[in-house]
Amino acid sequence: MDILEPMYTLVFTELVPSFHVHLQVLLGLLVLWVLFKKSEKPGRPGKAGKSELDIINDWKPEPLVTPVPAKHRGLNAPVTKNQIAQHITVNGVKCLNFATNNYLALVNQQEIDDVAVAAIRKYGVGSCGPRGFFGTVDVHLELEEKLAQFMRTEAAVVYSYGFSTIASAIPAYAKRGDICFVDEAVNFSIQQGLVASRSHIKYFKHNDMMHLEQLLSEQAVLDRKNPKKAAKTRKFLIVEGLYNKTGEMCPLPEIVDLKNRHKVRLFIDESISFGTLGDTGRGITEYYNIPIEEIDLVMSSMEGSLGSIGGFCVGTTFVVEHQVLSGLGYCFSASLPPLLTVGATAALNLMDGNPDLVKELNEKCDQLHRLLHKSETLARYFRISGCRLSPVKHLFPLELKSGTENELQKIVDLCLQDGVALAVPAFQLNDVKFQTPSIRLTVNSKLEAQDMSKCLSTLEKTVIATFKPTSTS
Amino acid sequence: MKSLDLTSEARMSVEMNGFPAKSDPLPVKNGKKPSTNGHTLNAEIHQNGTLPTPKRAKESFEQVPIYTAIMTYLGFYILMFLGYVNQMFFSPKVARETNREGYTPLYDQFERFYLRYVYRRVKDCWNKPISSVPGAEVVVKERVTHDYGWTFEFTGRETKCLNLGSYNYLGFAESTGKCADDCIKVVEDKHGLGPCSSRHEYGTTEIVQNLEALTAEFLGVEAAVVFGMGFATNALNIPTLLSKGCLVVSDEKNHASLILGLRLSGATCKVFKHNNMKHLEKLLREAVLNGQPDTGLDWRKIVIFVEGIYSMEGSIVHLPEIIALKKKYKAYLYLDEAHSIGALGPRGRGVTDYYGLNPKDVDILMGTFTKSFGSAGGYIAGSKEIVDFIRVNSHAACYASAMSPPVAQQIITSMSIIMGRDGTSEGLRRITQLARNTRYFRRRLHQMGVIIYGSDDSPVIPLLVYLFSKIGAVVRTLADRKIATVGVGFPATPLMEGRIRFCLSAAHTKEQLDYALDTINEIADELGLKYSKKPRDPNPILYETDDLSGVE
Repeated sequence: MDILEPMYTLVFTELVPSFHVHLQVLLGLLVLWVLFKKSEKPGRPGKAGKSELDIINDWKPEPLVTPVPAKHRGLNAPVTKNQIAQHITVNGVKCLNFATNNYLALVNQQEIDDVAVAAIRKYGVGSCGPRGFFGTVDVHLELEEKLAQFMRTEAAVVYSYGFSTIASAIPAYAKRGDICFVDEAVNFSIQQGLVASRSHIKYFKHNDMMHLEQLLSEQAVLDRKNPKKAAKTRKFLIVEGLYNKTGEMCPLPEIVDLKNRHKVRLFIDESISFGTLGDTGRGITEYYNIPIEEIDLVMSSMEGSLGSIGGFCVGTTFVVEHQVLSGLGYCFSASLPPLLTVGATAALNLMDGNPDLVKELNEKCDQLHRLLHKSETLARYFRISGCRLSPVKHLFPLELKSGTENELQKIVDLCLQDGVALAVPAFQLNDVKFQTPSIRLTVNSKLEAQDMSKCLSTLEKTVIATFKPTSTS
Repeated sequence: MKSLDLTSEARMSVEMNGFPAKSDPLPVKNGKKPSTNGHTLNAEIHQNGTLPTPKRAKESFEQVPIYTAIMTYLGFYILMFLGYVNQMFFSPKVARETNREGYTPLYDQFERFYLRYVYRRVKDCWNKPISSVPGAEVVVKERVTHDYGWTFEFTGRETKCLNLGSYNYLGFAESTGKCADDCIKVVEDKHGLGPCSSRHEYGTTEIVQNLEALTAEFLGVEAAVVFGMGFATNALNIPTLLSKGCLVVSDEKNHASLILGLRLSGATCKVFKHNNMKHLEKLLREAVLNGQPDTGLDWRKIVIFVEGIYSMEGSIVHLPEIIALKKKYKAYLYLDEAHSIGALGPRGRGVTDYYGLNPKDVDILMGTFTKSFGSAGGYIAGSKEIVDFIRVNSHAACYASAMSPPVAQQIITSMSIIMGRDGTSEGLRRITQLARNTRYFRRRLHQMGVIIYGSDDSPVIPLLVYLFSKIGAVVRTLADRKIATVGVGFPATPLMEGRIRFCLSAAHTKEQLDYALDTINEIADELGLKYSKKPRDPNPILYETDDLSGVE
């Protein structure tokens, strides 16, 4: 106590005012209270005084699933068969195919089916293993080599599913803390890849370069403030060559310019533009005559122009090879069945050997484009979306009501009965943006002029029949 | 082991399925009682109608000897050190990026180092190209590297190897026979290779519908839906079942596709120790009692995620206990049968068949067609309500390509054979052969004194070699002796537990297995793989045969 004596005097007498002491004591108590409170278990509402068994017995989990409407399209999808040239058999009716992504009409081409049969005779059907574990068949390497050579890149990797190609490739590079600049109209597989990457996502308005530049500049300001962090943060720009949801092309020259100025890496999903754009079908880079080295990674499914299953990524060896060990869908999935692999290779050889295939498709796309824009009936009810050369055209209704989607589906169903297969694109509720319902027309290279006029007249007829009563009332 | 109270419904389904297991008692040989055909664990059920405690085939997870543990770490650090030295002096062109000055480096430094300077040393052990059916034997294309694994070249030579690497459990990887013929017919009938459309749009074909009906029947549940890729079946469907506020209790050895699906779902995930029922129960109990950590609110639902056979461990899920726990804590159960469907059970119907349980006790049965059916793709099966929900909400059904018709046909034909629909007992023969191969191979490995993991009934057999460099050595030596196997090491397994994995097949003959076993025995001595401290069986191991004289 002797030692403390002078301090007591100091505190309680002259130097420190008494309110200060009170305040400090109060603060001390507060700290104690907070500590004490933390150590206590949080009480659970409504569980006080209940025994363990009671709590377990009382617990009612939500049902695993909620009932779905029996009429949902997912339960009533049309049954299709024999997709040959410009036709497809839907529910037993032979229809003009304006619905599937068979752009170059290569599905069921004899050359392709022949090599598929030969592959079954040589390799069986399944590959029975992932690429790492004896699932790499020589035909995979051939396809990869051919793809790299065709796209004029150093390397290619082939995945066994289109969706997983894109959804795996993105998180192989983009990680937590990285920043991705993404067009808001990107497809769902890109979105899932982004969620898996856990990066920051910055959406810019669809094809709006001003908005993209604004976002990039904002980021540049932040980067200058914190250069240490910026040096570790990878930045990606993810776009589609041709957007599935709108049929529009991305303005690649501006994008490349922005990418170079802001040093972000550019990934392009060419699932639709591969085989449909450019003089020889090499996609958006060929169309704009931009060296493919500008693009860090080109990803595409093989479920469109190539008429098979699976997907691929092409780019420099430095970039692409990383996926061999880091692309989840590449290392942890069985490889693509050999028969589908040789099917894709054969389709690619056909494309490579006949540049006219793509030219033919481009003409057909243009033809339908002009027909659609000429139609007064369609103009009355729809905004026509999709660029001239896009094989995917959307009709967005001008007026959106709660029942619009059903009306569109009705139009499509009526057209089906008349032998024209169109589609209302399917969406999931958690698909972030661009969920506007539409009627989608997909062009393939074998559609003739009379097929297109039949499609248009059928469509106009059913549109009038469906919309007339509501628009007059 | 917990005693199990099965419902009478479960018992019914076991009795009613019309495939009585062989009930004649088998003679006892050499003090061992051979089992009946296939993996019949609970054959007694059929005999007296009572349900005993489920017997489980012996499982082993022998601890690593301490000396080996130290050597493994030491070996790994030496490799890392050499790698760093190497990196300082040598960085070839493929390891550098051109034309991207000023960009943030694309790769994490350690990741890049590990892949280029540690993994590269054994890179030749993986991704070996083949040029034949991945059947009992497989033709491997020879590669050489002139730059220490940076690049490879083909020599043009091909070697036919005994295939212990492919997931061809029932031997349906075939280029001739009914499966191949049926698939070819589908292609010739112009069903197309790819549907170029999703299930919600124009990808539904009659073949796929038939496959779904058959799958549901095969599994003994109301309905099934199929997808074009097994990995995507998990990754694209799990997110539809779960969301924030749901709890997932997941086995630590679950496959990457399950983990990805869970990550995409936004649910909270807790991991229990591999096949450890006490830990699982602890997590379930705490979850129900404590609710969500921040709010104290009840979890919206709790779902247990397990696999039938764990592909890296060779172990079989403790399903009876899990079903009991799931019922006790009102959790749901998602069972991934990627490796177990076809490969387990007296009728090849997976892990529920193996234990004689009612498949309806599992809420969601998921599996792939890649392995036992020799095809590709995956399914989700269960009650009609659940399957309809998946059909409507699945990301794969909405956006991804539907299944390829010839690929679906391969599954239909192989599944029909397993079910005996082709009018022969070929399916049963394959199931029996696989079961016998498995037990024979595993017993002989045990006898050799090597450490293998997993259940005695599991056709996936990891042989522990521990040291990183031994993985490479064993794979290469076996390849020289014309045996194709795969090695698995860090980061796919814990650092300590490098292993070689054998996958058995019904296509393997006893002679082939004997060749493999003799070779393994030789190199196990050479490379020092006989780590096991367990007593070894001094008696010769017999291969079970139909002929009950039981002579090899």
